[in-house]
Amino acid sequence: MTNRREFIRISLYGAGALAVGAGGFKIANALISPEEIKNLKVDLERTPTYCEICFWKCAGWVYKTSEGKIWKIVGNDEDQHCNGRFCPRGTGGVGMYYDEDRLKTPLIRVEERGKQVFREATWDEAFVHISSRRKDISMKYGPESMALFTHGSGSSYFTTLFNAFGSPNIAEPSYAQCRGPRDEAFFATFGEEVYSPEITDIRDTKCLVLIGSHIGENMHNGQIQEMSDAIDKGATIITVDPRFSTAAGKSKYWLPIKPSTDIALLLAWMHEIIYNEYYDKKYVEKYCSGFEQLKEHVKDFTPEWAYGVTTVKPDLIRKTAKEMANASPAVIVHPGRHVTWYGDDTQRIRAIAILNALLGSWGRRGGFYRPARFELEQPQIPSYKEPSRSWLDLFPGKFPVATSIPTNSLVDASIDENNPGYLIKGWFVNATNLLSTIPDMDHTLKAIQNLDLMVVVDTMPMEVTGWADVVLPECTYLERYDALRTSPHRKPAIALRMPATEPLNNTKPGYWIARELSKKLGLESYFPFENQEDLIDWQLKKIGSSLEEMKAKGVKNFDRDFDDIYFAEDEQVEFLTDSGKIELYSTYFEQYGFDPLPVYVPHEEPPEGFYRLIYGRAPMHTFGRTSNNPNLTDLMDENKVWINPKVAKEWGLQNEQEIWLKNQDGAVTDFPIKVRITERIRWDSVYIIHGFGHTQKQMTRCYGKGASDTRLITKVLVDPVMGGTGMRGNFVTFLTEKAEQEVAL
Amino acid sequence: MRYAMAVDTKKCVGCSDCVVACQTENNVPMGFCRDWVVEVMDGTYPQLEMEIRSERCNHCVNSPCVRCCPTGASHFAEGGIVLVKETECIGCGACIASCPYDARYPHPDGYVDKCTFCIHRIKKGMKPACVEVCPTKCMYFGDLDDANSDVSIVLKKRKYKVLIPEAGTDPQLYFLI
Repeated sequence: MTNRREFIRISLYGAGALAVGAGGFKIANALISPEEIKNLKVDLERTPTYCEICFWKCAGWVYKTSEGKIWKIVGNDEDQHCNGRFCPRGTGGVGMYYDEDRLKTPLIRVEERGKQVFREATWDEAFVHISSRRKDISMKYGPESMALFTHGSGSSYFTTLFNAFGSPNIAEPSYAQCRGPRDEAFFATFGEEVYSPEITDIRDTKCLVLIGSHIGENMHNGQIQEMSDAIDKGATIITVDPRFSTAAGKSKYWLPIKPSTDIALLLAWMHEIIYNEYYDKKYVEKYCSGFEQLKEHVKDFTPEWAYGVTTVKPDLIRKTAKEMANASPAVIVHPGRHVTWYGDDTQRIRAIAILNALLGSWGRRGGFYRPARFELEQPQIPSYKEPSRSWLDLFPGKFPVATSIPTNSLVDASIDENNPGYLIKGWFVNATNLLSTIPDMDHTLKAIQNLDLMVVVDTMPMEVTGWADVVLPECTYLERYDALRTSPHRKPAIALRMPATEPLNNTKPGYWIARELSKKLGLESYFPFENQEDLIDWQLKKIGSSLEEMKAKGVKNFDRDFDDIYFAEDEQVEFLTDSGKIELYSTYFEQYGFDPLPVYVPHEEPPEGFYRLIYGRAPMHTFGRTSNNPNLTDLMDENKVWINPKVAKEWGLQNEQEIWLKNQDGAVTDFPIKVRITERIRWDSVYIIHGFGHTQKQMTRCYGKGASDTRLITKVLVDPVMGGTGMRGNFVTFLTEKAEQEVAL
Repeated sequence: MRYAMAVDTKKCVGCSDCVVACQTENNVPMGFCRDWVVEVMDGTYPQLEMEIRSERCNHCVNSPCVRCCPTGASHFAEGGIVLVKETECIGCGACIASCPYDARYPHPDGYVDKCTFCIHRIKKGMKPACVEVCPTKCMYFGDLDDANSDVSIVLKKRKYKVLIPEAGTDPQLYFLI
């Protein structure tokens, strides 16, 4: 090994490094005094919450100083999602509350859309404005012409509101921009999804296989904790990634695969596992259908064949197949989470699902467990009127397997030239910065310009709020009640979020916003409780608990009804597929004209002088949502472009040099990005962290810092099965100076 | 009593949770930190090795910072914890220059600040904030004079190293390798 050493101090400044010049600053709201720290009381006032910084929703405690100011947030020991340990983002959640750039009061647009000229308004004015425009759209185009884009805890309230006023067009970017292909692939194979938190039994696994999944950089708390436990117990980790990820650094085997060729590797593994008879014969015979077709299908996909495609050495493919077999059934070929890469993603995840089936890991200890969820009673509300048109009427025949609505279908249907079955004329956007979430920003902006109404609910002035007609400022999760958390896990459980403090400024909880709007629309019977607190209290009393109990405990775990977390020996399992079996060969896909078995199709390669753009997560940030959080910005305030040393040498690039990235369609980053020369990335690719390069000046801390990958994702590889937007088919080159004409792009 | 900490480089993912937990626990001013994360990479693609470490004050037995402090503000507290008494510190920065680990920073209020092993928590029977928050549970803290402490047990079981041993400071931050 040549000794080429890279030394990086990840967390911003060291201590002494700052002695020369740069000065730090104290948070505006000084949290706790040194005196108070020294005389720390163990029994300070604390209130329960579950975190809203990401979708993992860890339950914790918010501690306040003796002056009643929010001081810190720590995990709840009883919570299965976090086991008492919050991740950096959850720990830094206090910054979301203290961020002085937060939205403070409702805003109504006064000049042309996108110019960002607003006037401050009262809540009532904002609601009147929205409801009158909404009525106009409904009269002219039908109630279905309003679409809801939503993310996070507020989704349930706004979904109720939309269902009540007769629009079925409700979409979450977490589907078509994230995990949709995974859900559909596992539905097709096992008749069940992998849920959130994922039902991967990493804690007890003997072999964890990660296909581009960068656990440890994605901060999916429970997964990281369990991966660490698995490392302690000596589990084998196999990581497939063109980048030497943190997980690769913890792995026994790292397969530095050529990007976009994962299906070829997966087919070769199936070939090895089937033709060496490594597979779990009893399990396959008992539970699976289509084995013979699969065996025939992978006949020619030898490791030597895959080597030519993936650049992964045959010997390494063989060894890792054997490792998986040795660990079977306590092996997990991880389904991943953000999997919309190349447009054939559902098929790639199908290949992952099939491998798990061959190894007998579904329903087995150390593989995938059966989740249990606590069911709460919901209040009686009037039944929803059946809408006359659904999202399927927007583009008939498209994405027949989709079980949720792809956001991109709603965007497409907002543009006349696309000839949708009917036009979407109003958007209601809750807690999702669509310009950064959905690829091809210019396309999204074009859709927005066609709208008669655009409402945005958020806590921060994200880019998308700048394009709104009405901006509704929500208070943060630390200042509100939300629905009890009932996510599935090993044990059924509930968790409470309650306000630690009063909402700052003129901000309000999502439930209140949805209910007040429902009143204006004459739909308040759908919100029978005046506030979330009363609803929670009513639900808790129904199960023999109370709000008081939950305020003291935060989390309540229950026993499972049955001892069925894993399949019992010789258990007859009815899978929720058409055949009732695990479908290695998907009759469901076949009936819609899709490949019943995954096929490797080569993808476009970068042209000369261009490199494939790969993006990912940093552990201290959630998408672009946390980029302005003072605590988290302090850990990481910009992204850098990772470039292999060979490539950097060819281009004469230096570490920390500021460059612009330009893609194959001529799109250029809004701001320069610093170069990070590292052996951790392949020579045919570059890597950046998603969520930076914000163009919104009101976010003073993150404006202009780093580059946005979304800006460079103009080519979208749409998955024909379910509408996922594949985002890894873009190629970039380097500009050391930003040419004037390209500024206009 | 001899307090020490061990950090498992095989488990640390460099998420910096220890940094932000320390910052909120101790109200460290923005732009500074008492602990930080280092990533060291060796090799050429695809033969690579990476070590990730959560670092902080080494609470050295033979501490140059305590020795060079002109006012006695830098001192040893119970269990060998190196502390700075803010009221006695004149902010001269001699300790910052003397520390081989770059573990101290000038607090905007005019004194030098650093990791305290969360002595205020230890006194209450709790662990340092960084240890308690770590999602990978890669940090072990305790009294080396107690054979049953977390840190004693893990140092008996595992191979470890210290940083810059040639400085002769007898550091008490151990890295499991």
